[in-house]
Amino acid sequence: MEGIVFDIKHFALHDGSGIRQTIFLKGCPLKCWWCHNPESQNPKIDSYIKYNNIDDVPIKNKITVGKHYSVNEIIKEIEKDTVFFDESNGGVTFSGGEPLLHTNFLKPILSYCNNKNIHTALDTCGYATKEKLLSIIDNVDLYLYDIKFIDNEKHLKYTGVSNELILNNFRLLSEKNKNIIVRLPLIPEINSTDKDIELLINFLKQFNNVSQIDILPYHNISKSKYKRLNIEYKLPEVEEFSSDKIEIIKQRLIKEGFKVTIDI
Amino acid sequence: MNNRIKKLREQSLSATNKISVERAVLITEFYNSNIPKQVSIPKQRALWLKYFLDNKKLCYNKGELIIGERGFEPKATPTYPEICLHSIKDLEILNAREKVSFKVENETKNIYTKTIIPFWKGRTQRERLFSQMSDKWTDAYNAGVFTEFQEQRAPGHTANGNKIYKKGLLDIIDDINSSINNLDFFKDEKAFEKREELQAMEIAAKSMIDYAKRNSDFLFSLANKESDKQKKLELENLANICLKVPANKPETLHEALQYYWFVHLGVISELNPWDSFNPGRLDQHLYPFYKNDLEKGILTKEEAVEILQSFWVKFNNHPAPPKIGITALESNTYTDFALINIGGLKPDGSNAVNEMSYILLDVIQEMRILQPSSMVQLSKKTPDNFIKRTVDIVKTGFGQPSIFNSDAIVQELLRQGKSVEDARNGGASGCVETGAFGTESYILTGYFNLAKILEITLNNGVDPKTNKKIGIETGNPINFKSFDELIVAFKKQENYFADIKIKGNNIVERLYADYMPVPYLSLFIDDCICNGKDYNNGGARYNTSYIQGVGLGSLTDIFTSLKFNVFDNKNICMEDMLKALAVNFKGYEKLRNDLIYNTPKYGNDDDYADEQAVKIFNIFYDSINGRPSARGGIFRINMLPTTCHIYFGSVINATADGRKASDPLSEGISPVQGADTKGPTAVIKSAAKIDHIKTGGTLLNQKFSPAILKTEAGLNNIVHLIRSYFKMDGHHIQFNVVSAKTLKEAQKHPEKYRDLIVRVAGYSDYFNDLGEDLQNEIIKRTEHESF
Repeated sequence: MEGIVFDIKHFALHDGSGIRQTIFLKGCPLKCWWCHNPESQNPKIDSYIKYNNIDDVPIKNKITVGKHYSVNEIIKEIEKDTVFFDESNGGVTFSGGEPLLHTNFLKPILSYCNNKNIHTALDTCGYATKEKLLSIIDNVDLYLYDIKFIDNEKHLKYTGVSNELILNNFRLLSEKNKNIIVRLPLIPEINSTDKDIELLINFLKQFNNVSQIDILPYHNISKSKYKRLNIEYKLPEVEEFSSDKIEIIKQRLIKEGFKVTIDI
Repeated sequence: MNNRIKKLREQSLSATNKISVERAVLITEFYNSNIPKQVSIPKQRALWLKYFLDNKKLCYNKGELIIGERGFEPKATPTYPEICLHSIKDLEILNAREKVSFKVENETKNIYTKTIIPFWKGRTQRERLFSQMSDKWTDAYNAGVFTEFQEQRAPGHTANGNKIYKKGLLDIIDDINSSINNLDFFKDEKAFEKREELQAMEIAAKSMIDYAKRNSDFLFSLANKESDKQKKLELENLANICLKVPANKPETLHEALQYYWFVHLGVISELNPWDSFNPGRLDQHLYPFYKNDLEKGILTKEEAVEILQSFWVKFNNHPAPPKIGITALESNTYTDFALINIGGLKPDGSNAVNEMSYILLDVIQEMRILQPSSMVQLSKKTPDNFIKRTVDIVKTGFGQPSIFNSDAIVQELLRQGKSVEDARNGGASGCVETGAFGTESYILTGYFNLAKILEITLNNGVDPKTNKKIGIETGNPINFKSFDELIVAFKKQENYFADIKIKGNNIVERLYADYMPVPYLSLFIDDCICNGKDYNNGGARYNTSYIQGVGLGSLTDIFTSLKFNVFDNKNICMEDMLKALAVNFKGYEKLRNDLIYNTPKYGNDDDYADEQAVKIFNIFYDSINGRPSARGGIFRINMLPTTCHIYFGSVINATADGRKASDPLSEGISPVQGADTKGPTAVIKSAAKIDHIKTGGTLLNQKFSPAILKTEAGLNNIVHLIRSYFKMDGHHIQFNVVSAKTLKEAQKHPEKYRDLIVRVAGYSDYFNDLGEDLQNEIIKRTEHESF
């Protein structure tokens, strides 16, 4: 069993509690306009050419994005960091791309973590068949669940897919009372209107398993990545949020009884 | 910070580092007189100290609560011609050099020309030392295979225990006399020698009591002239303290600190020992006095802080004595490495953190000055709250305090045979050096250039910089069939140079034991009095001599690259690799690209590379650890560089890790600058693979951008990171919390960043005072940003 991983981050601090190792799996069914990790979208290995300046001589380097990993190789990587997980109540986070594309690969890894009492988190956009989600649903301790739009038309426009599966899977996790942190990528002018926030609040208020909302404000940092990978950058020029504006949205969510963090 | 402290701090910060000729003049007068001709060497040294203390100019800086300057004013720094005589050219260099300079007056040069140089030329310890060394030693020294710590400064490397807080010098004199009375002139052939030493100690002790009395008289005379009632009272109070201590044991916090300062001043005037001197476990020593003063109602917390702050300024007023040549290169800083220890364990093994520990942290944060250095001892018993408070200061970004693992320190000391109480009373001094405080002499003897030895191995015994054969023939590497053959050759070469260094050290140790005893320092380190033996002659309860390994990260990467590229993958043959190194990669840019970017590196938790680190470490360890030294001690290793990784890099051509000729080596056990691409957990994992417990200290540097410490969660995870490292027996970790952007700005506009203090290697320094190469290196060190 193999999967394509495009990055493994040690000392990840923002993908769940404690010191975490985040494993980024390649391939995503969504094509969000603002995606920070465009290299994660293609399920196959990408490559590009990069020139290093060595003593004023440009040296051509072929950089590959993505590498095949076996289940055992991943487990070896996880084992490297157990001392940090123990000390900090940390664990492993599976991210992407969309990790639910790779449930067959994930299942034995998650089982390993469950057996070793290593905390697991799944950073997902929720776009997967019900069967796929069910196949690992009890192996994950924490869901970091992206919700971009409740409005389906907007969802279709800016991510390329309908949000029906996403919201249904969210309901499924709630029925099973799974621990969820909602991740809200906040894009100026795109999903941050009063109406967007109101719809989100109304949706989330139906459930009682949302432990926290993480606001992820948009940063204008990924353009060069698109260029390098030859992918069209569709997002129009938008100005980054001021911290005041984010704070207003944060307070609005807090008023509704949610615990909210802002990930700078 | 109140106005008094602000003024004292500003006075200290703005004082010019300058050479004071006073000590050189006095010692020349003394040795020209008839006194030293009548007496044994220990007594000469004690009478010299008396002569100095009786005649030196006194100094009281307005408003200060602790009195005593080594020079005639703050940062007036003496020379020690009996150890190292500066030529006129040396003085001119000290005056003119861009970094770590000392202003030299023309008058000083005149006095040097007329009296100092004519008297001391041919009679210095430095000349004695070099003249005793073999040609092999000299060749290796000149090639930069190792340095010699004692060529310009005396051995020291020790920290004060708690004796002075229980005994005044009069009590210590009683101890000396009972030791003299116990001498057995019938059976002990050394009885006379011991009596001479003990009597010298008594002279030294009395001379400091007299010096305190001089200061007291001086303060009373100032008080008489003072019209402000409050100030008059303060001067009289300090005058009375100087009458009481150091003669008698202290009873208040103020007395305890003034006593320590007299001890410190004597040690750094008697000779110029490395790492000046060190108050050691200051929170442990001071807490009982503080508590008692509070209970009696004679001191408030604010007053305690004020006295401590005034005490802090005193350290900052005393730069390291001027260094020249290689000594200046290996320790290129004004810092004199007094390292205050806070926290840790009590002798009974329980958590030692107390209210004074927190007060000292407050003082460090508020003072924000270069000296004294400070560190926190973290044991598994230390509460999180304390370490969080520490990281809170670390994140303000002046590199202090550094963080040490008490449990590792205790294990290291126990392994060396110390009692468990002595081990728990220990800590780290200097940069990262483990010691049993108050009972151990643990001298550093010189840096050891492991990467240079590999270069010599790759050239079959020849130094490619000079084409001179300075090593032994270990085979032409072109003919090596396997990586193991290379390791074997390196081991032979390393053992050869380790023997040269140790033989040299054993001569140097005797030179100091016989020619440069330190009866004053010997008063404070047990069991010099009981043994009737000088500190420099093995009088301490424990005697350890260290050789400091430099460049572990670089050496690991070089070995790893040779294994990976030459032997395992055959990307290039040895002959071509050596050719590329000889031409500094000119025309081999593609190769250099692959060596840098496509070769495994230490610091990434990759066993392929890290296994080489362990191999090298063990070769170094096996060649030195446990060997006997000439003052009855044992040789051990530690892994720290101060600034020597820059000097050692400058004597090495291009290396197989892609490093270019003369570039710095890695420092401590940190990865090569920029080679660690997997974040701090991976660095820690790699660094923990060597056995720290077998050392007397290792140094690990980490650089974080301020962003990571902004949030509570970030701060907590730094604490977890430290605790994880210490769980794996890591010895020490320090953090630079400053953005590369800030550093680059500071390089461009030094004038705007006069107060920017950064962590260098085992100590902090003003960024402006660092050489450009070191500045660049600090900028280059991986910034673990945006996780």
